[in-house]
Amino acid sequence: MTAFIIRRLLQAVMVLLVTSVIVFVGVYAIGDPLEILLPADATPAERAQVTRTLGLDQPLPVQYFGFLMRALQGDLGTSFVYNQPAVQVILQRLPATLELAFCALLLALMIGIPLGLLAGLRPGTRTEETVMTGSILGFSLPNFWQGMMLIMIFAVMLGWLPSTGRGRTGTVLGIETSLATMDGIRHLILPALNLALAKIALVIRLTRTGVQETMPLDFIKFARARGLSGRRIVSVHVMKNIMIPIITVLGIEFGSLIAFAVVTETIFAWPGIGKLIIDSINILDRPVVVAYILVIVAMFITINLIVDILYSVLDPRIRGKR
Amino acid sequence: MLDLRELQTHFFTPAGVVKAVDGVSLTVNRGEIVGLVGESGSGKSITGFSIIGLVDPPGRNVGGQILFNGEDLLGAPERRLRQLRGNRIAMIFQDPMMTLNPVLSIRTHMVETVLAHEKVGRAEALRRSVEALEMVGIPDAARRIESYPHEFSGGMRQRVAIAIALLHRPDLIIADEPTTALDVTIQAQILAQVQKLCRELGMGLIWISHDLGVVAGLADRVAVMYAGKIVEQGPVDEVLDHPRHPYTQGLVNSAPLANERGKPLRQIRGAAPPPLQRPQGCAFRTRCDHATDRCLQEPPESEGVHRWRCFHPRNMEGRA
Ligand SMILES: Nc1ncnc2c1ncn2[C@@H]1O[C@H](COP(=O)(O)OP(=O)(O)OP(=O)(O)O)[C@@H](O)[C@H]1O
Ligand code: SF4
Ligand SMILES: [Mg+2]
Repeated sequence: MTAFIIRRLLQAVMVLLVTSVIVFVGVYAIGDPLEILLPADATPAERAQVTRTLGLDQPLPVQYFGFLMRALQGDLGTSFVYNQPAVQVILQRLPATLELAFCALLLALMIGIPLGLLAGLRPGTRTEETVMTGSILGFSLPNFWQGMMLIMIFAVMLGWLPSTGRGRTGTVLGIETSLATMDGIRHLILPALNLALAKIALVIRLTRTGVQETMPLDFIKFARARGLSGRRIVSVHVMKNIMIPIITVLGIEFGSLIAFAVVTETIFAWPGIGKLIIDSINILDRPVVVAYILVIVAMFITINLIVDILYSVLDPRIRGKR
Repeated sequence: MLDLRELQTHFFTPAGVVKAVDGVSLTVNRGEIVGLVGESGSGKSITGFSIIGLVDPPGRNVGGQILFNGEDLLGAPERRLRQLRGNRIAMIFQDPMMTLNPVLSIRTHMVETVLAHEKVGRAEALRRSVEALEMVGIPDAARRIESYPHEFSGGMRQRVAIAIALLHRPDLIIADEPTTALDVTIQAQILAQVQKLCRELGMGLIWISHDLGVVAGLADRVAVMYAGKIVEQGPVDEVLDHPRHPYTQGLVNSAPLANERGKPLRQIRGAAPPPLQRPQGCAFRTRCDHATDRCLQEPPESEGVHRWRCFHPRNMEGRA
């Protein structure tokens, strides 16, 4: 297991390195930030001055090498726009997005699994039909439309919950989070739910399929023949088997949660990374874009590693092979 | 101890009613091994599942009695059946690859089975589990119990299943072709062990098999099933040496028994009818060389320890 983790960490470093090259070349080959940063009537002297301070006059490999050296010290450049270290710009916004994505993930599991179990254990009933219809809606209606409906119903018509912004935050274990205050939680519910809806639908389907594939298996009948209670059979024998595909899929989907956060963050004016990256791309704030992509890739690698570890915790057949 | 009376379990499928078990009467006493033989689809497994109340829809019990230590299990509530399952009546399944949950350790399987029926501590449950594994001949049981099913061979897994069945020293074990999937040598070891354990612990055993040879060496009594009915039953030597029902006779003649080497084997002609197209009267009629018009009626079961359902029983000495 330790060897496995070390191997995976080495792989992670390689992936980050390759990504940094691709991203650097890709981002730096497109567009010209000077066009945006300088007023239209800037003199050539001013132009040359800015070019030099940004290091844009150096050849690409030199720029990249310098970038890499600085990156290793945690310096991914200074945002052209905010005039702050790009990493700092990202890290300021990241917690808001991560919080949103994690809450969406939790909601997906907490709502999706029970509903999926309900549907899977009562095949052919009205219960199953209702749950599955709901999950089709969750899948197929556009996310932004769902978001607007949530605002319409819960914020405008019922007036229960606020519809924009992040509420007051507090600090728990050194992490700044909305979950620390009632106001923060109230602000978090709608955007998290909006982001979660499609994943709830996904978890419902995965759970239902898993239950229906597992229940007819011999080991379930054997468990019944041993006199185990229905509750134990479902919560241990069935759940432990279906958690494997659910964890795998959700690990992959976590990336799309962060990506889809762009839509949700826009609708609910959530001050996260999704909104930042859209703005930064529009005004070619290169260091921020590069830092964003590297941070996201690093996060993906971490998530994948966690999923792999969870996977082998859950599935003894894999554990032995490592 | 177990007394099945005219047990009927039918499946209500869209295509029609499948009479999987259609009037089975059978008794099993303490310490007695009863072999239940018959070809695929004759209703052996469903008979077993009916006893522990694990027939799933569209299957349903439609008649008869299951008397277990005098208590009729057919009317018993699910709660009561769950108390008995794995405790007083244990079942072992055919495919040892499939009966253990691949993501749970052997220890989890065993400890949960102990705790399902008895309020003991985890340490005590573990101790009993290891003891049961030792009883079925698993070496180094205290360590091996931490393994997962895929770390065991098929034969070892079936021993684990047997150990699980033994945990509560049940009155009755229903073994549904537990050795069919195993090598012949492993099969022989397990048969010998099971036989020994049944005698020692005084458990009744129903051994389901389609292999008359296995049953001949193991059982005290044998019951032959055909199309949902027991067509012949009696002491194993009696039935094998003097089969009365033409179907049993066919089985005996087609079974390669050890003491009959070199003799040509004879097969029963035709194939078992699909369960929805069983002939009227005696279901064996279409394959029977001795059928007459009388056989259009349902043959009743004869009396005595050796019983059969046939209008024209064979009356021969030894094997034909
Ligand atoms: N779920 C079901 N729906 C409809 N019919 C069923 C169902 N389960 C079993 N049957 C029918 O019940 C009959 C008896 O099945 P059973 O499994 O008891 O046979 P068996 O004697 O154990 O055969 P095998 O040697 O193949 O295990 C079969 O004809 C089968 O078609
Ligand atoms: S009752 Fe008739 S058809 Fe059936 S087995 Fe006997 S002789 Fe054959
Ligand atoms: Mg069977």
